[in-house]
Amino acid sequence: MPSEPFGAPVPQESGTPWAPVPYRVSERTQETADTATIELEPLEGTRRPDFLPGQFNMLYAPNIGEAAISIAGSPSDLRRWVHTVRSAGKTTDALAQVRVGDVLGVRGPYGKGWPLHEAEGKDLLLVVGGLGLPPLRPVLYEVLSHRDRFRRVEIAYGARTPKDLVYYEEIQRWRGRDDLRFQVTVDRAGTEWYGDVGIVTQRIPDMRFEGSSTVAFLCGPEIMMKGTARALQERGVLTSRIYVSMERNMKCGIGQCGHCQFGPYLLCRDGPVLPYASVERFLALREF
Amino acid sequence: MKEDRRELARELRTHPFLQGLDPGFLDAIEGATQEREFETGDPVVREGEPAGELILVLQGKIGLELVAPDRPRLSLLTVGPGEIVGWSWLLPPRIWQVDGRALKATRVLTIEGNALRKVLEDRPKDAYQFMLRLVPVISRRLHIARIQVMDIHAV
Repeated sequence: MPSEPFGAPVPQESGTPWAPVPYRVSERTQETADTATIELEPLEGTRRPDFLPGQFNMLYAPNIGEAAISIAGSPSDLRRWVHTVRSAGKTTDALAQVRVGDVLGVRGPYGKGWPLHEAEGKDLLLVVGGLGLPPLRPVLYEVLSHRDRFRRVEIAYGARTPKDLVYYEEIQRWRGRDDLRFQVTVDRAGTEWYGDVGIVTQRIPDMRFEGSSTVAFLCGPEIMMKGTARALQERGVLTSRIYVSMERNMKCGIGQCGHCQFGPYLLCRDGPVLPYASVERFLALREF
Repeated sequence: MKEDRRELARELRTHPFLQGLDPGFLDAIEGATQEREFETGDPVVREGEPAGELILVLQGKIGLELVAPDRPRLSLLTVGPGEIVGWSWLLPPRIWQVDGRALKATRVLTIEGNALRKVLEDRPKDAYQFMLRLVPVISRRLHIARIQVMDIHAV
């Protein structure tokens, strides 16, 4: 469990934040047609730096480019970084298609994480859309390692189709546990799917929590987070206890270039996790 | 049998879609209500067939699906306990617009459409309250369809 208060800085690994540290790809798992999970182990030394769930690394594909990718592994597994990457451009194509043995550069971890300590003694909701699951996966690992610190834990995960679900086997294991409830819904499906179909916000009325004593972490497309926050507010969750992960155009990762500016925030430095109350008014603006 | 009807009356009155409506209105539609059960994979309704009833889901799950020539069957929405299937019984041409298929063992109440319309016509105040329940369902499903069209998880 991270002991630092929300937003506390985490020491960087290298002397300069601009210098990537080399890591070797030790494992690669194809999650979906366009998404892979890669594990990276240090070339030198035996462990990676600490991180807070919700933080990200800048991954460098040599001679191609760098991309901000959320950390998707367990905070207690100090031997490796785990990242889940979807092919969405030249750099992420290269990162998603690495082979075991390839060397990548890593800068980080950067940004502010989920305020897990706020959820202690309360109900915890994770509402996730698409590739919003990787940034929340470390939260689940932490919660399950310290399950007695939290009351009810409810997860709602929405994806485009059944074929777009990541961590499929792990989800089956989570769904088999009796100390959390993990609901999955997809936007559309064929006849092979017997689960829920619709949008993830539909699951909110069915989630079990006490609104006045609930902390919610939301991660996914902005329109999904907005709809989810509204549905949670209607069920009595305090706006001050809703957190979102905002991910927009991160380039430098350290608050220097300004590409990820969102209102008064530089998301790579002030986020990506922010209180919903801080960003609600900006999410309501068109063309913002 | 009498016990079964009593249980049906209880389930009709406690279904979230109808709960709290005027007892006289619920008495009036009770006679048009039946219980039905479906096994996994059973068709519940079929596109193009007469839409003769409102369906209240008690247990299980119904997938609402679209079928088009030369395309795989597409599931767009699942409906579970406490929810309803169908408003096609209300307005002409009273034809189902989608297929409905049980995705697990499913138990429903059906209210026969002609009788329900007659009660609504005879009891306009109750009909207004009924529509205040039905319109939000239609509105929610329209919203869901809009979000699905946006394909928000696409890269």
